[in-house]
Amino acid sequence: MSDIKAISIAEVDKGMSGIRRWVFWIIAVVAPLILPLIFDSSYAISMMSQMGIAIIFALSYNMLLGNSGLLSFGHAVYFGLGGYFVIHALNAIDAGKFYFPVTFLPLLGGLGGLIFGISFGYVSTKRAGVTFAMISMGIGELMFAASSVLPIFGGEAGVSSNRVTGTGLFGINYGPPIQIYYLIAGWAMVSALLIYALSLTPLGRMVNAVRDNPERAEFVGYNPQRVRFIILALSSIFAGIAGGLAAINYEIVSQEYLSANQSAMPLLMTYIGGTMHFFGPVLGAILVTFLQVVVGVYTKAWPLYMGIVFMIMVLFAPQGLAGLIMQHQPILRAGLGARLIPSYLYAMVSGLIMLLGIISLVEFIYHLSTEIHSGTEMTLFGISFDIASSFPWVITILLIAVGFFFFRRACSAISSSWNSALAEIKGSESHE
Amino acid sequence: MNNTPILELADVTKSFGKTQIINGVSLAVPRGERHAIIGPNGAGKSTMFNLISGRFPVSSGKILLDGNDITAMPPFEINRRKLSRSFQVTNIFHRLSVYDNIRCAVLWSLGYKHSFWRSLNRLKDVTELANHTVEEIGLGAKGEALAGALTYAEQRALELGITIAGGAEVILLDEPTAGMNHSETDAAVELILKVTKGKTLLMVEHDMGVVFGMADRISVLVYGKIIATGPPEEIRGNKAVKEAYLGEEAV
Ligand SMILES: Nc1ncnc2c1ncn2[C@@H]1O[C@H](COP(=O)(O)OP(=O)(O)O)[C@@H](O)[C@H]1O
Ligand SMILES: [Mg+2]
Repeated sequence: MSDIKAISIAEVDKGMSGIRRWVFWIIAVVAPLILPLIFDSSYAISMMSQMGIAIIFALSYNMLLGNSGLLSFGHAVYFGLGGYFVIHALNAIDAGKFYFPVTFLPLLGGLGGLIFGISFGYVSTKRAGVTFAMISMGIGELMFAASSVLPIFGGEAGVSSNRVTGTGLFGINYGPPIQIYYLIAGWAMVSALLIYALSLTPLGRMVNAVRDNPERAEFVGYNPQRVRFIILALSSIFAGIAGGLAAINYEIVSQEYLSANQSAMPLLMTYIGGTMHFFGPVLGAILVTFLQVVVGVYTKAWPLYMGIVFMIMVLFAPQGLAGLIMQHQPILRAGLGARLIPSYLYAMVSGLIMLLGIISLVEFIYHLSTEIHSGTEMTLFGISFDIASSFPWVITILLIAVGFFFFRRACSAISSSWNSALAEIKGSESHE
Repeated sequence: MNNTPILELADVTKSFGKTQIINGVSLAVPRGERHAIIGPNGAGKSTMFNLISGRFPVSSGKILLDGNDITAMPPFEINRRKLSRSFQVTNIFHRLSVYDNIRCAVLWSLGYKHSFWRSLNRLKDVTELANHTVEEIGLGAKGEALAGALTYAEQRALELGITIAGGAEVILLDEPTAGMNHSETDAAVELILKVTKGKTLLMVEHDMGVVFGMADRISVLVYGKIIATGPPEEIRGNKAVKEAYLGEEAV
């Protein structure tokens, strides 16, 4: 696979040029608009709303992780405080204390994020690397602790409100979930566009330079601390917008918004989606939210599955989903994509067998450790059995073993089909 | 005519822990001079550059740039005052393209600071200067390549490009030809002469051919002390220098 890595990021990034870039942007705008017409159940709408919020949060996070090389364990601080800003604003509007259209309330969330981004960022961005990670975590813990003490955070119950304030524009009152969905989708598009545009500015490029080599940046006139500080402040605006939208969506903001769990979400999403491409965090946010909502319905063990997905990505595909996709560009461009299909199918089938085994094993153990009081009988994939007997366990182990055996072979098949495709590309290049 | 030296070191010392590496260096470099620093390995040449450019704080003494005290300034402040340096060990932005490396090197000097409301690609002056510099250092065909993927010689060229792109008046080059063969060295020297025309150049260099060929004056640093400063012919004839340094290399 090292050959694959040699196809550089720069090469991959310019791969998407001209018309294709436009197609990408058009899909990005049109899809969110028509999706709720296709998936119109309230379940789907609420999931897609959640995805929209997650996308903004993850994109904001990647302004730090991918673009600036800053690993934050406390990004929920800006998300949560943005949420509190908005929920209190909603209550004030409800009480008739001031007028503000709900459509633009997320801006107040952004302002809340910014205010705290400026105050905390001033401290945390003095250093990059481990120091930054630790300080961000400390600030996260600090705010979480503060939220249990200070009455403004509403204690364990949190602060709730009512988003239907009667101050909507054009008669939109944000009662029905579909209106909220479009509010979120609109803000997600605006935020994504701004974050993308930001990456194409002088600051956007210097942030990359500081990520790569803060020392050298100092010798071309830039103070790395200042550069990090500004990008953190900007990123906290978008985290605050996401938090504000969550406040409007759920009509409640609680401690949970500020928790370490909440800080871990954008890290998972961004890493799984891929930090080195703009759309990576978008993919990650969609996938993780989907897993969370859908898998969460079937099993309480979903964080465990999330952990497994995360581990697999870290170990085998640190470039994330976006990186994996973009790696295929040169091969697709050369028209050799079909060559990869058989080995991919092979990997998919064997992978599924292995996955089936792993899921069974996880569920057995989960059942044993959390629901043993209701007996050893359980139902999985519509089949009922008793895990006190050895039979289900044997089947499970067998599935994993067989799946693993063939999956390994599939991996080497993938690797050789890649090599042959790459060799052909190289060959035809040297003929030119 | 302005007669203040563009760069002046007054009795500068530097210690790391208990060991004093720079033992009271004084030096005045007039505007427009090409000044070479030579001396055996470990003499403190790179350390001297690190002090001038603000990478390390001095232990005592003063450094003046165009008459202004820059002794306690951080590197970026010094760079903004038009002093730029290269590194002995290549120091570039590895995950950026060659072109972006150079763009980053010109942004501050062209006044764009932390601008996040302008599109980088639309900045004509940045584009022109970056293209010009990339061509000048001979990497025109490699503009889109990742800096980290360049050959050693190409990275050295990029190192030089980043240093000179911003249009600094005082340029410090730390062993720009280290590790190069003869023809590469010749090309590098030609390039250096071209891009530093009209500027003040301070250069640490081991190749005596290069040093005696291009320097207006030479300072010899031995054990953290300048034992002689003067034009090449004077240095060649200097007895102390011969004993301390040139003798062993038999030039
Ligand atoms: N950051 C540092 N910490 C401790 N010692 C250092 C440091 N930098 C340089 N030195 C020491 O200072 C001496 C001079 O090093 P240097 O300036 O790199 O010499 P050169 O003349 O070869 O460039 C060496 O003995 C080196 O070990
Ligand atoms: Mg040195």
